[in-house]
Parts: sequence; C-alpha cells; structure tokens
Amino acid sequence: MSFTGINWFKYSSPQAFHPLAGRMIPWFSAAALVLIGVGLYIGFFVAPTDFQQGDAYRIIFVHVPAAWMSMFLYVIMAAWAGLGLGLNARPSFMMAQAIAPTGAMFTFLALLTGSMWGKPTWGAWWVWDARLTSELILLFQYIGIILLRASIDDLRRADRASAVFALVGVVNVPIIYFSVRWWNTLHQGASVSMTASPKMAATMVTAMLVMTLGFWMYSIAVTLARMRCVIVERERQPAWGKNASIQEVAEAR
Amino acid sequence: MSQPSMWEALRGVVRRDLLLAMRHRSDVAMSVFFVVIVASLFPLGVGPEPTVLRMIGPGVLWVTALLACLLSLGRLFTADYLDGVLEQMLLIPQPLVVLVVGKVFAHWVFSGLPVVLLSPLLGLQFGLGGDSLGVLTLSLLLGTPTLSMIGAIGAALTLGLRGSGFLVALLVLPLFVPVLIFGAGAVTSSLAGIGSEANLSLLGACFLLSLAFAPWATAVALRIALE
Repeated sequence: MSFTGINWFKYSSPQAFHPLAGRMIPWFSAAALVLIGVGLYIGFFVAPTDFQQGDAYRIIFVHVPAAWMSMFLYVIMAAWAGLGLGLNARPSFMMAQAIAPTGAMFTFLALLTGSMWGKPTWGAWWVWDARLTSELILLFQYIGIILLRASIDDLRRADRASAVFALVGVVNVPIIYFSVRWWNTLHQGASVSMTASPKMAATMVTAMLVMTLGFWMYSIAVTLARMRCVIVERERQPAWGKNASIQEVAEAR
Repeated sequence: MSQPSMWEALRGVVRRDLLLAMRHRSDVAMSVFFVVIVASLFPLGVGPEPTVLRMIGPGVLWVTALLACLLSLGRLFTADYLDGVLEQMLLIPQPLVVLVVGKVFAHWVFSGLPVVLLSPLLGLQFGLGGDSLGVLTLSLLLGTPTLSMIGAIGAALTLGLRGSGFLVALLVLPLFVPVLIFGAGAVTSSLAGIGSEANLSLLGACFLLSLAFAPWATAVALRIALE
C-alpha cells in the first residue's frame, strides 16, 4: 500500500499489536532492571557527597527522573489522544489509556520523593511553591482523566472525552517546566539543561540520565503490558485467542 | 430568505438563555445567596479578628466565587440536553462555537456578574477598603468569565453522566487554580501596597487564552457527548 513496500499500519491493528507487545515486554523490562540498577549504583556508591546537602541530595536520582517522566508521559499521552481524535483511531486511544496510570504514578513518586528531600533541606514536607503546586495539579489532571474515562460507559465517548480533557490540560506542562524560572521559588532551578553545561559533577549527571533511561524502559514495558490488557478487555470475542486467525476474528464479529 | 448571520445567531442564543434565566429567577437568587452565606460563614468560623479577616478575605471571596461558578455549571447545558433542544442546536448552520460563546456569556451574566456586583459589599465584611475593594471587583470582573469558559468544557464533557456533579468539580477545579492564584494575588498585593498590575495582567492573559481555546474545546466536547 505504500511506495516502500512496507505496510506501516500493520501494527496499528490491535490483533497484530497484541503479540508484538508481548514479544517486546521482556526486552524493555530487562533493560529497565539493568539501567535502574546501574543508575542507583552510580548514584549511591560512585557519585560524590554534596558539600552542602550531604547525602540527603541522593534522592535526586529518583526525584528528577520521576518528575521528568511525569511531564513527558503527559505530553505523550496527550499526543496519542490528539492522534486518536484526529485519525479516529482506536489503538491511539488505547495507548493514551494505558499511559495514564503510569504517568500518575510517576507524578506521585516525584511529589513523594520531593517531600522526602524537602524535609531535611528546607525543613518542611511541603511548601506552596509554584513548582510543587503545578506538579500537584498535574496529579489531579491524571486522576481526572482516569476518573472521567471510568465514569463513561460508552467506550467511544469515554475515549474521546478523556482525550479532549487531556489536550486541554497540556497547558499545565510548560507552566510546571518554567515555574522555577518565571517565579522566584524555593524549589531550585534546573541543574541540567540542553544549552548550558551542567552545574553538577559528571557522575551525578550520568546517574541521573541512566536512571531516566531506566524509567523510560520501565514506562514502555508497563504501558505495553497494560495495552495488552486493554486490548483483550475491549476486543473480547469468542474467536479471539492465540490461534484465531484474523479471518475468524472478523467472522466472529 | 437569507440565513441569519453569526451575530444574529449569537444574539438569539444570548437572548433566549437570558430570558429562560429570568423566568427562573429563584435559580439565580440561589447562587447569589450561596455566595453571601458562604462568605459570611468564614468570619463566624475563624473569629472576628480584623487583621486575620483582612488577610484571608481575598482568598475566601475568590474561592466562594469559584464554588458558585462550579455549582451553577449544571445549569449550563443540562436542561437543554434533557429536553433535546441541544441536539437541535448542534444542527444550526452557524459554527457551534458561536452558540457556545452565547451560552457561556448568558451563564456568566447570571452566575458571575452578580458575584462581581456583590463583591464590594462582601469585601467590606472582611475589612477590605479603598483600593483593594476596587481591585477585588476588577479581578473578579476579569476572572469570572474565564471561570465560566473553563467550566463549560467540564460541563460539556460530563453531560448526562452519573455523578457528573462531583466529576465536573474534579475536572474543572485544577484548571481554575491559575485564575484563583492570580485573582486572589491581585487583591493581596494591593493590600500589601505592591501594586496589582502584574497579577491583573496575568488574569487578563488567562481570560484571552481561554477565550481563544475554551469555546472550541467545549464545542468538540458537546459533539462527543451528543453523537
């Protein structure tokens, strides 16, 4: 169908995607385990102790990657949702549905590790600072999307309504990211950026980036596993199974 | 016979909704008295200390305005949805966005505007005076239309769902937060004597941003709810 002779849309059918996801999950899980293991080792045993914060800073190796993931995953979820609305494609909505709980989990993790870091360094579990507040709102948005989907019985409407809400909520992501620059906040500014050299030791940056990669792999593995559940849940048909051909599935409908 | 223009359609929708609201004046009175009563509860609960009241006043009044908007969101589309008028409205030749803007404006006139007009009086209860009263009214005037527009998205998304009252609150309140922060911040900064221009400008930015995007999102959500 395309000029390269490859059918790019082969895996956009849930029936074709289900086994592919199953084959990919072990690889991504293994990569996640190795990367997170290596990242934690570098972070806890190789990276030097901070001269100001002592060893308390080491939670950064979980906190910053989790916060990054919470924002990345929201944007990716919204992109899938937008793609679903634009192309009217069910698998895109399924991806958005599969990503949401992982995103909510990372947002919660970022808030939790943040407050564990805040207590020894700021002396408070929580402050009403722009970045903390906007991250909390992101958590509320994830929860709102999950609940909105759950409370609509009609799948088509559930998909599309939660997609619209996810897209509306994208406004919040740049606010979170730039909050430390726009407002004078207690939360420190970015230590790592694309344009300037990092304001921290090289081993620390390495540990953080390895952890981020590990979290990415974990997110992909978990999303694929959830995607498989979603597919089975939605496409349950009598003939649907490992050995059923597309033909049989089509006949069963 | 030529089709009515967009402006005529807009005027028609606004006129109809205002007329309907005038026929159910008690609904409007309810949201007004809700605001008055909730605002009066805080001094009773917190104690009549003037310095404390002046400190919490801007925030309390803004949260009250937020809740009043939230509670009245049910009226925005539900009645038309239940009797089938909304379905007919989606068929009009003019863009659906125009209809949404008209309905939201009429909703604001009967839920937001009374709060704006009452706010100087309520501000006095909290010991605000002079400049800060004016800033409070101005910030509500800029902020409550934004609340109505954002709220309309939530109202359209949850149209006809079970437990839609709680759901709309969960969806919409996080999106109200910037308006609340800048609105209450404007009054607080004028009380502190720093000047409220920055916060008012940000409120204006929120208003324009939601005017640009919220009616479209609401229109899409209405189509999804009614297909």
